[in-house]
Formats: sequence, structure tokens, C-alpha cells
Amino acid sequence: MRDVYVAGIGITSFTRLEYPLVEIAAYPGLIALRDSGLKSIDQLYVANMGAGRVNGQTGLASAVVDHLSLTPAGAATIENGPASGASAIKEGFLAVASGFHDVVMVIGAERMREVNALEATDFVATLTHPLAEYIYGVTLPSLAGMFARLYMEKYGVTSRHLGMVAVKNHHNAMENFFAHLHEEISLAGILDSPEASTNNPFVADPLRFYDVCPVSDGGACIILASAEVMKKLNKPMIRLAGIGQATDTHAVHERKDPTDLLAVREAARQAFAMAKVGPKDVDVAELHDAFTILEIAESEEVGFFKKGEGHLALEKGLTALGGKIPINPSGGLKAKGHPVGATGVGQAHEIVLQLRGEARKRQVKNARIGFTCNFGGFGNNVVCCTFIREA
Amino acid sequence: MPIDLEKMLRPVDSQLPGFPAKYMTLANGQEMVIRQVNRDEIPDILPHVEKLMHVERDFYNVVAARVYSELLAYYTYRVQDEYVLAAQIEGELVAVVNGRIVNPDIGMSYHTLSLRRGLRVGAHAFATKMEYHIDILKQKEVLIVAESPIGFRRWMIEYKLEKRFHIPHELGGCPSWALTRELFDRARNTLIVGRRPVPEPLLAKAHAAILPPTDPPKAPEDLLAATRSMLDNTGTALIDMKKQLGGM
Repeated sequence: MRDVYVAGIGITSFTRLEYPLVEIAAYPGLIALRDSGLKSIDQLYVANMGAGRVNGQTGLASAVVDHLSLTPAGAATIENGPASGASAIKEGFLAVASGFHDVVMVIGAERMREVNALEATDFVATLTHPLAEYIYGVTLPSLAGMFARLYMEKYGVTSRHLGMVAVKNHHNAMENFFAHLHEEISLAGILDSPEASTNNPFVADPLRFYDVCPVSDGGACIILASAEVMKKLNKPMIRLAGIGQATDTHAVHERKDPTDLLAVREAARQAFAMAKVGPKDVDVAELHDAFTILEIAESEEVGFFKKGEGHLALEKGLTALGGKIPINPSGGLKAKGHPVGATGVGQAHEIVLQLRGEARKRQVKNARIGFTCNFGGFGNNVVCCTFIREA
Repeated sequence: MPIDLEKMLRPVDSQLPGFPAKYMTLANGQEMVIRQVNRDEIPDILPHVEKLMHVERDFYNVVAARVYSELLAYYTYRVQDEYVLAAQIEGELVAVVNGRIVNPDIGMSYHTLSLRRGLRVGAHAFATKMEYHIDILKQKEVLIVAESPIGFRRWMIEYKLEKRFHIPHELGGCPSWALTRELFDRARNTLIVGRRPVPEPLLAKAHAAILPPTDPPKAPEDLLAATRSMLDNTGTALIDMKKQLGGM
């Protein structure tokens, strides 16, 4: 396989965007083209989860490639739940690595706020098992709530630890112009004060309002290119060095131990093995914290910390900016936002910024190896990526 | 005999009990004081409200324009039994709520204007206004309308307000809804929170000056302006740009 590099990146704010979905998708593509200096591409992949259902639009990639005047490049839409973004990156990687294409644009885009929060929650819940989960009213917050309760009982994680994740990621997002939430929060305000239960009510016990990501619109793009193309561009050599993807049972209750996120574990193992690095080598990571408990659990499953010790690392500040392994310097899904189909590409965007040294006040010093974990379903389809900055 | 027209124009206010100030901790840990403001403080508030009349976002322009007129009417004694509460953080004005007493049983909620978005600032201020009507003034119900989707979600849905569509609201617009004493009691300690007495330093800071909002609502940036300027619906503008760049 050939080496694959990131030639260009682009992103919109993750927020409420009053624009057509096609435009939300096209904008980061345009920015990434400018960033790369490229004028054409061979293939476009657009990651999206809900256009057909939420926006009444199908064939999104066809619309976007024309909107960007990039025809006759090939175009296809990738739908793989909340892991659509990294799944599209994987397809782009394979296309370039195999030599089939030299330049592939990967866009993730979603416009979820076209519907209200209840409808958006229901739309995302359609990824659950239709007969064993969805028909009984299961939603992603409810699955995460049950998962968090089990995790607390088994490993001693407390609501305070969950709150610490939220406080950290809200703080990080303050330095990210593109983040959905620019709002500092404190443990006093969301857990300790007499008004805390009003400021931070239960959403799915034990998860509270500030344990859950917002519903966001947004788009992100990365352009993948071969080494030959990169030689002509004079851009930092950020190599997509490893990709892993793994699955788990569709219904969460069929897992031997629901607190084990085996798909995360396996996808991370593959992504590290391909890149020939290990978790200890990672300088910065973007993990899929749609719920605060997931950042803690994933930080263990990918190998940053021992199982059951992620919350202890959090207590010590190891995952904060300036810590041993900063997690979610962008603000994560928790505060940067979670436009589901765009999220995986947004994570890659942040890691490339970090490895280029362009993350400004949230820059992780001397970051050379970055890692992303894009978590689909409730852990039943996970894609991890390892990025390495070459000298 | 000369007639003093001002006496004819100026309504006679009832002797209403004042609102005892309260405070609460916000999600960011800051403490917000909500207190009744006097007429002579209205000129300090008006300039901050006026700026929001030009913010085209979530109906801020409409609400700010109406609040401005209501505050002015209160200042010049042109509305009977109106009151104004202000929410402040470290003296900074973060919300204004107002209303009127129609009769001993019925209150009329006018507006809730947040000058800082997020952190339930507006929600806490609205809840406090309801507390004034139900707990302090001992009214049976408060008539409420909403002018924005945010308001509708916060008031009509969160409090499960009752329909009073047959009763015209003084603000006009959509049909009236009502917060009854029973609904208020259900929301007590969940939506309606706060503590008394306000610690003296906090209260003194609030009374010392009404400081301008440091992060007032702004019109949203046109985040996709770049793409709009280069692309029309068919993308031909970008084709031209690519031709200029020699890409086609």
C-alpha cells in the first residue's frame, strides 16, 4: 500500500446553521481545496447519517460534487451511523493507498437542527436494534445512562468524574472558534450548589444535562493524497498512518460485559499496529465523548490507561491540555458539538491542526502523533485513526 | 379651573409588596442576584436594551423593542402596576423581566430579556418573576405569551402551561397561556430555585451600579459567507474561479 497524507482541511462552525445541507457540506470542501492548493480531485466521499430522513435529501455526494464544481470526479455518500465520518476517511484512505486514486476529498456533513431535539434524538435512536431496543423506546442517552450506571458500580466512577470531563471539554472549547458551546462551567455550578439540579438536570440517570453532547449542524473536510501529489504542494507531511475498524453486537445486552467496549479496543489495536506505534506514543487524541462517560471508557479501551483507571487519570489532570495525554483539546463532541455524520471528519481536522502546530491557544506542545476514535452505534461500529507528522 | 392633565394620564399604582431579592449559583459557578429595580434605575438599563433592538436573532429585536417601550412606560408612569426585576452578576446586567398586576388574582407577564445567553439566565429570571406573582403577590395565575421558539419551549413546554386562549393577552400576538398556582407548586425546587437572604456584599454590588453586559447577544455571523460569495446555486461562480486559476 502507498502512504497516504492529509493535503488539506476545512471546517464549519458546529452550531445551528441556517443553510441547506449541501452548502454546509460544500463550505469545508472549498476551504480544504484552498488549504491544499489543489484544484481538482479524483473522488469525493460525503459522510452523512440523516439527510434522507431529516433533510429529505438523498444522493448527497452527487449534489455536493456538483456544488463544488468538481465534476467529473467520482462521488459517493457513506452512511455508517455516527461513525460515518471516519468510515468515509477509511474509504478515502483505501482509494489512495491502493493506487486507485491520487486525491480523495472526504467531507462529513449533517444538518440535524432542521428538526427539534426530540425528533433528532429519535432519528439517532434508529441505529439501535429495531426489535430488541428501538421498539421499547431505547435512545442513545438511555443506553449511555445504563452504561454509565454499570461503569460506576464496577469501577467507582462518580458523577463528579463525569462532571470533570464536561468542565474540561467546555474549557477547551472556549479556545475553539468553531465549537458549538462557548460556555465555561464549574463543578460548583453543575453539581455542588443548591441550584445544581436545576442547572444540570438528569437526562438519563445518572447522566445529566452537561454529560450529554449538544445537537449540532456542521461540516468538516480532509483531503487525502499520495506522496507524489504532496511533493507538489509544500504542505506539512501529516500521514494517515493507521486505520482500524471493528464491530460488536448490535444489541448492547448481548455483550458478555456491556462495560467492555470491544470494538473500540480492537479498532484502536488495528490503528496502532498499522502505524507501528502504541498508545503511549500518542501526543494528542480526540475521543468520541457524545456522553462524558464515553471519554473515560474509551481512554481505557484504546490503551491510554488501564481498564477502570480512566477516571483516576482524569482526576490527576493527565487528560487536560498540558497533561500527559490531552484528550479532546477541540472541546470534543461534548462542547465542540456532534453533527453525527461530520464528527469523525471533525476529529481528524482537529488532530491535523494539532500536528501542524496550528491549534493556537489549545495547541498541544510538540504534538507529533495524534489519534481519533469515532464511535458508531452504541459501540457496535468503531473506527480509529492514527496520524503522524513526518519531519 | 385648570386641569392637571398629568394627573389624568398617570395611573394610580396599587400598594404592592416589593420583591425580596434572591440569588442563585449558575452552571459556571457565578452567583446571580435578582432584585426589583426602582424607576430611577430605568435610565441605567435602557441603553443596554436599546442595543438589542438591532440584533436579528431569535426575535431579540422584537422583544428588546417592546421591553424598551415597557420600561419607558414604567419610568414615565404610563402603565398601572408594572414592575421590573433585574438579574445581575457582579453588577453586570444579564436579564430583565417585567410584568403587571391586572387584579388581585391575575398577573400579566410581559417579557423576559436575557442579555447573556446560556446558563439558564433567562430561565431563572422568568421563574423568579413567576415567584413574585404567585408567592409574594399571592395571585392565582399569570397570563403568559411567547414571542420566540426559545420562550415557547422554556415557558409553555417546561412548565406545562394551561391554555387560556379565550383571554386576550395585553401583548397581543399568540393566544394566552397561564401558569396556575398548582403548576407553580409542581415546578417549585426544580425550575424555581434560589436563596434568601442575599449576602450583603452580593446585594451591595448589585445596588452599586447596573453595569453593561459584557457578552450581549449578537447577530449570528454569516458563517458560510465565503462559500456564498463564490458559489451560486449551480456552482458556476466557482467554475469561473477555477478557470482563472488555470484549473480547467
